[in-house]
Amino acid sequence: MSTELRFALVLAGILFNQAATAAGSAEKGKAAYVQHGCWQCHGFAGQGGVTGPKLAPNPMPPEALSAFVRNTRGAMPPYQAAILSDGDLADIHAYLLSIPKAPDYKSIPLLNH
Amino acid sequence: MARKDPGPQVDRRKFLTGVAAAGAATAAATMSTPVTRAAEPAPAARVPSALPPSMHVAQAETGTPREPARVPGIPGSDFMVDVVKTLGIKYLPANCASSYRAIHESLINYGGNKQPEFLTCMHEESAVAMAHGYFKVAGKPLMTLCHGTVGLQHATMGIYNAWCDRVPVIVVGGNDMDAATRPPGVPTFHSAQDINALVRDFTKWDDTPVSLQHFAQSFVRAYKIAMTPPYGPVMISLDAGLQQEPMKDHGEKPYVPRYVPTAPPQGDSGAVKEAARLLAAAQNPLIVADRAARTPNGMRLLVQLAETLQARVIDQGGRMNFPRTHYLSAPPTAVSSADVILGLELSDFWATVNSYTDNAGNGGIGTNSTRIKRDTKLISISSVELNTKANYQDFQRFQVIDVPMAGDAEATLPALIEAVKAAIPNDRKGAIAARGEAAKKAYAEGKERTRAAAALGWDASPVSTARLCMEVYAAVKDLDWSLVASEGNVSNWPNRLWPMEKYHHWLGRSGGYGVGYGAPASVGAALANRDLGRFSVSIQSDGDLMYAPGVLWTAAKHKIPLLAVMHNNRGYHQEVMHVQRLSNFRNRVANYGGDMGPVGTRIENPDIEYHKLAESMGWWAKGPIKDPAQLGPALKEAVKVVQAGQPALLNVWTQPR
Repeated sequence: MSTELRFALVLAGILFNQAATAAGSAEKGKAAYVQHGCWQCHGFAGQGGVTGPKLAPNPMPPEALSAFVRNTRGAMPPYQAAILSDGDLADIHAYLLSIPKAPDYKSIPLLNH
Repeated sequence: MARKDPGPQVDRRKFLTGVAAAGAATAAATMSTPVTRAAEPAPAARVPSALPPSMHVAQAETGTPREPARVPGIPGSDFMVDVVKTLGIKYLPANCASSYRAIHESLINYGGNKQPEFLTCMHEESAVAMAHGYFKVAGKPLMTLCHGTVGLQHATMGIYNAWCDRVPVIVVGGNDMDAATRPPGVPTFHSAQDINALVRDFTKWDDTPVSLQHFAQSFVRAYKIAMTPPYGPVMISLDAGLQQEPMKDHGEKPYVPRYVPTAPPQGDSGAVKEAARLLAAAQNPLIVADRAARTPNGMRLLVQLAETLQARVIDQGGRMNFPRTHYLSAPPTAVSSADVILGLELSDFWATVNSYTDNAGNGGIGTNSTRIKRDTKLISISSVELNTKANYQDFQRFQVIDVPMAGDAEATLPALIEAVKAAIPNDRKGAIAARGEAAKKAYAEGKERTRAAAALGWDASPVSTARLCMEVYAAVKDLDWSLVASEGNVSNWPNRLWPMEKYHHWLGRSGGYGVGYGAPASVGAALANRDLGRFSVSIQSDGDLMYAPGVLWTAAKHKIPLLAVMHNNRGYHQEVMHVQRLSNFRNRVANYGGDMGPVGTRIENPDIEYHKLAESMGWWAKGPIKDPAQLGPALKEAVKVVQAGQPALLNVWTQPR
C-alpha cells in the first residue's frame, strides 16, 4: 500500500469511524477475534505468519485499524460493518492491546542455535 | 488381445475355462442354488441394461476357485521379473490386485521378493507417493503395480504430483485385454481397451506390450525415458494373458536390452554465452532456483556460480538448491532490486517477477503488479520446455524471457560457470567483491528479523508453528537428519530457520499441490533414508494424513523409522480463507456452523485423535499436545523410539499457520 493511500485511509478512519475508537473490552475482543476469523491468518496471539502480518504486540492505532479493515484492497478482504460491527472491532483492538510483548528472541535458546 | 502366434504349449482359453469351471464348482459346493453358466447365450427376453448382482456375480467376487492345474513351461511373468531385476529397482510399493497376480506371484516366489521387494500398501496413491518420496532421497526410481482401472484411478493423484514435481515413477497396470477369454465378472468390468489413456496427459510415455520381447524393450525404454531429464512418471499396461502364458519357443530366447543412461540436455552454447555476458555485466544479478539441483552436485555447482558472481540466490524450494546458511541466500523480495535474473528450472517464472492479489479488483478477478524494475533482463534454463503437454498444462502465465534455454539446468551449469568466469572483466572484480559484502550484511539483518518474528506467540497455546519447528529442530539437530516433508504451511519456518546445508535436508514439496502427498512421500523417503542410515522427520498436517492414513500401517509393517510431528490446526486452512474472502467480497457473514471457520473447511467436532489412529497401526504415538512446554520432552521420547527403528507420531495442536 502506498504512503498516500495509507494516510488517506487513516484520515478516513478518524473522520468516519469514531465509533470504533471507543475503548473496547479485551475479553469480548478475544472472542470476537476468533468469531470473525482474524486468527485464521494472524494467529490466536496476533503473531502473524506467511498469510498475514503480525497484529500484536503494539497494534496499530484503532483509527488506522478500522480504516484498514473497512477499506483494504490487499490480500485481506475488507470487513464491512454488516460483517464486523464497530463495537466488535473496538473490542478486537482492545484484545490486541492486551497481548503482552513477546520475549526477546535472544533469550530463547531454541532461536539461538 | 489378439496374438500373432497362438502359443503351442497351453491353450489360454481352455486354461481360463478351467478356472471358471473351478469357480463354478466351488460355487456349486457352497450354494444350493444352481448358477447360470456365463458361456450360455442370453435369453431372448428383454432385459434391463443393468442387472442387479446375481448370486453368480457375488460368487465370482468372493468365491475361491479350485486350484488350477500347473501350467507347463516358463511363465511369461518370470521373464518379466528377469527384466525388472536388470534395472536394480529395490522396492515395489503396491496394493495387490488380480490383474497382475501372475507377475505378483513371480516377483515373490521366482524372484525371491528381492530387488524389488514388495511393500504392502493400502492405497495406490500411497504407493506412487512412496515412490515419489523415495526417489528424492535415493535418486533411483521405484516401480509400482496397480489394477488397471480402479487401481489406476486411485493412483492418478500420485502420478500427477510426480509429473509436476519431475519425479520418475514406473507405473505398471494390470489389464486383461482378451475379451474372449478373460474371466467374466469383475475381471471383465476392470479391463479396458486403453488404461494408459487415463494418465497420458501427465506421464512422459506409455506403452502396451503385446509380447514378452516387447515387454523387455518397453520396460527398459520406460525406465530410460523416466530417468532422462526432465524426469517424469511413465506407464505400462501389462496384459494379464501375457503375464500368465508360458514363454513360447520361437527358437530364440527373448533378450533384455541393456540400460544405458541418456546424457541430460544442455542449454545451447550461444545462449549460454549470452547469459554469461548479461550476468557478468550486471550491477545486481540474481539467481532464482526451483528444481535446479537434481543431485547434490547441482547444489555445489549453484554455490560455485553464485560465488563467482557474488549473486544472491532465491531458493524456491522445489529441491534443496542452495544452503540456507550461505550469505548469498536471499528472500523472495530480492527480485525487486535485480537488473538480471537467472531462473533455473522454475515452474512459475511469471509469479517470480509479478504478484497477484486475490482481491475484488478488476471486476473480481484480482490485481496483478510487477515486482521487478522495468528493464530487468530475464534468463531461463528449464528442461520442462522439452516436455510440454496440451491438456494438463504444466506452466503458469506467459512470461516473456530475454534469453530462454530449453535444457537441464544442472547439466548446463558447468558451461555457464566457465562462460561467466571468462566474461567477467578485470575491472568488475572489485565491484563484485563489494556486492558480496553487502549480501553478508543483508543476510545477517534478515536472520535477525526472522528470529524476532519467530519469538512472537512463542508460549501460545495451541503451539505456534515457529515453536513447533524449532522444538523439532532441537530434537534432531545432532543427528544426520532429513526433513522428508513439510505439509500444511507452517509459515516456511524450517526453510527460514533450520541450517539446511545438505541435499537431503530438504526434499521439496508435492509438485502438483495434491493434498495427501505428505504422509506417503514421507514414508517413501524415510525408507530410502533408512537404508542410508539417516534420521527422517516430517511435519505432518492433519488434512493431508486423512487422505490415506493406511500408509502408517505400511511404515510399521515394513519397519520404516520416521518421526512424524503433526501440524494439527484442525482445518483445511488453505481453503478457510478462500470462503472467508468470498463471503467478505459479497458482504455476507461467513457461516461457521458452530465451528471455528466456514462450514466445510474445519476438521473439528469431533477432533480426530491422530495419536490413537497411529497407535492402532503399530506406531508409537503421543498427544494431543497443546502446551508448548510439553513438546520438547515428548520429542525426546519419540526420537529414541525412531532411533530404535520404529515410526513415531506426535499429535500437536498448532496455530493455523
